[in-house]
Amino acid sequence: MTSDYAKPLPRPNRLSQPFWDGTKRHELLLQKCNDCGHVWFPPSQRCPKCLSTEYEWSKASGRGKVWSWIVMWQRYFPAFEADIPYNVAYVELEEGPRLMTNIVGCDNDAIHCDMAVEVVFEDVTSEISLPKFCPLSS
Amino acid sequence: MAALDLKDKVAVAGVGNTSFGALYRDLDAERSPYEMGAQAFVAALEDSGLTKDEVDGVLVCRIPDYARMCDVLGIRYPRFVNVLEGGGRQASLTLQYAALAIAAGQADVVACIYGNNGRSVGARYGGGAGGGINETGISDAAFGMTSPGASVAHMFRRHQHLYGTKEETLGHLAINNRLNAALNPNAVMRDPISMDDYLNSRYIAEPLRLLDYCLINDGGVCTILTSAERAKSLRKPPVYLHSMAAAGDFNHQYTVDDMFYTPLQMVAKEMFAASDFGREDLGVAEIYDNFTPTLLFTLEGLGFCGRGESGDWVTPERIARDGELPLNTSGGHTSESYMQGWALLAEAVRQVRGECGERQVADCKTALYACAAPICSGILFRGDA
Repeated sequence: MTSDYAKPLPRPNRLSQPFWDGTKRHELLLQKCNDCGHVWFPPSQRCPKCLSTEYEWSKASGRGKVWSWIVMWQRYFPAFEADIPYNVAYVELEEGPRLMTNIVGCDNDAIHCDMAVEVVFEDVTSEISLPKFCPLSS
Repeated sequence: MAALDLKDKVAVAGVGNTSFGALYRDLDAERSPYEMGAQAFVAALEDSGLTKDEVDGVLVCRIPDYARMCDVLGIRYPRFVNVLEGGGRQASLTLQYAALAIAAGQADVVACIYGNNGRSVGARYGGGAGGGINETGISDAAFGMTSPGASVAHMFRRHQHLYGTKEETLGHLAINNRLNAALNPNAVMRDPISMDDYLNSRYIAEPLRLLDYCLINDGGVCTILTSAERAKSLRKPPVYLHSMAAAGDFNHQYTVDDMFYTPLQMVAKEMFAASDFGREDLGVAEIYDNFTPTLLFTLEGLGFCGRGESGDWVTPERIARDGELPLNTSGGHTSESYMQGWALLAEAVRQVRGECGERQVADCKTALYACAAPICSGILFRGDA
């Protein structure tokens, strides 16, 4: 954890605060509909399947697979310059939703589509922990 | 309620555009999108033979404010007027809405005006403060993710994984665009490129390279539509909007898991069902190519080849001007200019008119414009037989 963390940070709001509270505790939480059981991400105030507003924040398994991944060579964010070339992965969770993240714990060359991964949490500031993914230890 | 029969009821009466190549080499921080639109409008008006006072509808795209645009052009009392957001997906939709308004009698002559000063003002389509942070409080930028190109790169990587698509296929598309641009005096990039040039160009969002990317530019394009009957009495031969369709595809990312296959299939079904001609009868295909893989997704989704087969289907011969499906004959967004689909629409019209000089496709009677994006769309054009 560094106090001079310069990369862009999420700005938790009323909608996403439970998600970021979860990652701070190193738990990956997703909204789950109390009426139809659908699980979704990113947060919204009602179930996109049945439109119910009754939901709970449910702990996800943290496991998933890499739907796709890229290696960013362009410097769009100055704070990422030292990381170039860095990967960005789109991970499909066991529960269904997909999220943008980074793969850690292996070289970019070792990443492949459908690779099994599990969540790890990076405490980047005192308030924010980012969910990243590493190859699933089988 | 029975659907309105729109087949050949509305026609393009005029097209106009600014320079693209000259503007690319002449940055001007005070260049106005309204003046870009106005230049294109004046050219389109001249092309059509109409007078300004006959224009009773105005749709603007990317141009921020229709009121300012109409004020600049001295169009005081348009019957049909509005603005569409400045996304590439809106180009053909603008023409579709204009056609619907004309067919419904809400306007007689609609100027569809696009103006863009993006290059001069440093439009980047990625990065920046707060990039990717939206109302959900989730941030892609926190992971270094940004830009439509990176989203398309994700889809292309998946396409490679599922279907074995080779990077050389993207090279063929980039090279084809450049070959066509070499014959387009207005294009930004006209020097030929080889497969080695392509493969040696630097990665932006790997697997996509610099030469897969569109050329952000300043410029304007205007297309003037009117009824088929009225168009027949004007300066240029009418180019009819023969059939058209659109379908949205929304989730929380630009990246979608079927590379827009489902909405494009919806577009193809509706558009070709309403058409007197099919894929094999097309003179040219002008397809939105913000990044080269978008062409593959569109060719598959519209049924030019089977799903996952575009990597083999795209050959230099097939997509050349004298090939089975002449593709992006003006040089497209990677070589002519990124005009968010608008310049490709103008090219479709001019190819059907036979006005394209050295790059003219022989005996071109029909054209397709299509776009794969979170709103997919297509328009089939035809001229008089």
